[in-house]
Amino acid sequence: MAGLLLSRLLQAALVMIAVTAVAFAMFRFVGDPVRAMAREDSTPQERAELAQALGLDQPVPVQYARFVGRVARGDFGISYRNQRPVTTLIAERLPATLELVFAATLLALGLGIPLGVMCAIRPDGAAARLVQSISLIGISTPTFVTGIALILFFAVTLRWLPSFGRGDIVDLGFWTTGYLTGSGLRSLVLPSITLALYQLTLIMRLVRSEMIDALSSDYIRFARARGLPKSRIHYVLALRNALMPVITVTGLQIGSLVAFAIVTETVFQWPGMGLLFIQAVSFVDIPVMAAYLMFVGALFVVLNTAVDLVYAIVDPRLRKAKG
Amino acid sequence: MKLNRHLPVLAVALTALLPAVAGAQTLRWSSQGDIATMDPYAHTESFTSNVQHHVYDPLVRRNRELKIEPALATSWSIVAPDRWRFVLRRGVVFHDGSPFSADDVVASVERLLDPTARARGNLANVVKAEKVDDFTVDFVLKGPYPLLLNDLSGIFIMSKRWMEANNALKPGNITTGTTTYASTNANGTGPFKLESYRPDQATIMTANDKWWDKPEHNLTRIEFRPIKSDATRVAALLSGEIDMMAPAPLQDLARISAAPGFKVIEEPSLRLIFLGLNFRPELQGQPGVPNPLLKQPVRQALWHAIDLDTLHRRVMRGKSRSVATIVAPPVPGYSAELDKPVGFEPDKAKKMLADAGYPNGFKVKLDCSNDRYINDEQTCVAVAAMWTRIGVQVDLKTESRATYFPKVDRGETDIYMLGWATLPPMDGFSALSALITTRKDGFGGNNPNGYSNPAIDELTRKAAVELDEPKRLAQMVEAFKIARNDVAFLPLHQQPVAWAMKNAVDVPQFADEYVRLWFARMK
Repeated sequence: MAGLLLSRLLQAALVMIAVTAVAFAMFRFVGDPVRAMAREDSTPQERAELAQALGLDQPVPVQYARFVGRVARGDFGISYRNQRPVTTLIAERLPATLELVFAATLLALGLGIPLGVMCAIRPDGAAARLVQSISLIGISTPTFVTGIALILFFAVTLRWLPSFGRGDIVDLGFWTTGYLTGSGLRSLVLPSITLALYQLTLIMRLVRSEMIDALSSDYIRFARARGLPKSRIHYVLALRNALMPVITVTGLQIGSLVAFAIVTETVFQWPGMGLLFIQAVSFVDIPVMAAYLMFVGALFVVLNTAVDLVYAIVDPRLRKAKG
Repeated sequence: MKLNRHLPVLAVALTALLPAVAGAQTLRWSSQGDIATMDPYAHTESFTSNVQHHVYDPLVRRNRELKIEPALATSWSIVAPDRWRFVLRRGVVFHDGSPFSADDVVASVERLLDPTARARGNLANVVKAEKVDDFTVDFVLKGPYPLLLNDLSGIFIMSKRWMEANNALKPGNITTGTTTYASTNANGTGPFKLESYRPDQATIMTANDKWWDKPEHNLTRIEFRPIKSDATRVAALLSGEIDMMAPAPLQDLARISAAPGFKVIEEPSLRLIFLGLNFRPELQGQPGVPNPLLKQPVRQALWHAIDLDTLHRRVMRGKSRSVATIVAPPVPGYSAELDKPVGFEPDKAKKMLADAGYPNGFKVKLDCSNDRYINDEQTCVAVAAMWTRIGVQVDLKTESRATYFPKVDRGETDIYMLGWATLPPMDGFSALSALITTRKDGFGGNNPNGYSNPAIDELTRKAAVELDEPKRLAQMVEAFKIARNDVAFLPLHQQPVAWAMKNAVDVPQFADEYVRLWFARMK
């Protein structure tokens, strides 16, 4: 286990170096931050001084080397736009994004698994067919369309739920949460549905096909022949085997959810990291963009590692092989 | 017993609160982006200044007619060409209760002129501020300078004591890694106090009942909630979650005004949109090819070929105003005579091209932003089509502002779109010095493509130090006239500013697009 963790840590460092190197190579195509920072009628000298002060007059490899040097010392820099430490900005936004992703994942798993099982047990039932066709819509509609449609229906027409923001939040010092207030929970509904929809349909379809495979395998037939109760066959014997790929996909999808959250957060003005990143892009706020990309890169490594560890817990054969 | 002693006090406090609670008016408004910071000297964005203006006061401010009037300074005089004396208002207190005096002005100017302050260019002609007595301050200038009041109307005064107490005497600085308390907190003298600032969520302010001025507003609380997505912002207004949005997206105006209980108010803004031209020997898009734009008749022909009326009706949905100059009507330096469009005459344009040696037209690149001005991309598509009709082949490229403006800045364009609002000074000199003066000695900051006319350069240098206002205005108008005859730019239109709100909200609109909620009233 320690060996696995160590090798993953090394991988994480390599991934981060690769991600930031690619990012730095691309930043110059995003634009010139000086123009965004200087006054509209600033003189060319003013702009040149600013570029020099930021080190932007240096070639890209030098800028990158300086960046790596600073990060190695734990200094992620200061946002060009807000002039506050990037780590503070990300720490402020992290709770919003993680709470949204957590709610979306719960929703996707909580609905996706039972629906998938249902579709697998009675593949030709009317309910299964209905769910299947609705899931096609879910998987093919772009996130922003779903989001706007939900807003129009639930916020503008019915006025049941808020159309934007996080509602009242409780500040715990190190974390801000919307889970503890009524308005915070109400605000969570539409964005988490929007974010979860794609993943929900994915999980549902995955569980369905895995379950159908499992249900037609020999050990299930023997279990049936032995007269075991149906619920035990379906939910313990078959589902447990069907869940392996679901765990992989869910784990990896959490990473994509954080990344996909950019769109959902923009539509719902959800004050998370995605919104921060979008703003950083339009302002060419290089320190914020670099830190965000590093964070997402690290997240994917961590999730991959976590998935591998969970495998060992779910599948006893892997445990024995390692032990 | 302790409680008893406090009861009368409590009762008095409660009765004092009651009328306020009964008439409590909260205005919730939204815009497309959040402010960059609360620190007045750490940014150069007019929207951020706008929001901060509710918390901070400048020495002089703009009134309902956008004319400059006394604020924290009650009067001023020019004691020497390079020395202005300001008499400060007495009895003003900051939100934390500390009194306002000359020390605060001196400390604020020092902080702004710090070499690391992002906004120091906003007061570029000031050397320092000197305290004369507790309520008199001298501004020492680099030389005679007519626009000091314009500059000061955007410079907010901070409290020296508060800055000292919170270690905020220096502005934030990204290169040295300094961050400051002032970037998320504020202590001004303005009409509203900052209650809380949560980036991208809400900036909450409450009315300052100790404001030095008699409030014209009837608000008790302002909640600013930025919403980036246009569709969501409109939905939030229609669902009653916000009371007002500024600006409102042009494509949704009809829908909002049709909804019961909502209204849209519109006004031409100060921002004029025009096309800039390449004045160098060769075309940027086709190196080696001599630049046809160097011939005045060719530029004139391109101007005649633009159907401004169609742009106004089709692209801008009738909300813009077609123009022929580069400063807007309320701005000093504007002249109605220069603002008469040249007329849409495609046949004449064709003939002019033929006479200039281009009977079959020529090929040229047109660069435009697609996210900076209202319908910028569509405007350029329309102009390109219009030019095609006189035989000019247009290679149109539109891109995001982040890459577009650096490219324009480097002069890598032949014809490019630019908007200019003369902000923050709100004076024609801004357009004169930045756009049409030769790029030299700090002038021509936005004249990247080599337009140069010695007569204009001379007028600019005169107007820069002319303290006699009628003379200065005449110099500017003269320069704009030369530029128009030269066809230095192809002016298109004046952008509209549109706000949408509940019928219960009454707020004046301003051409500089500032939201001034100290004039707002709610029913």
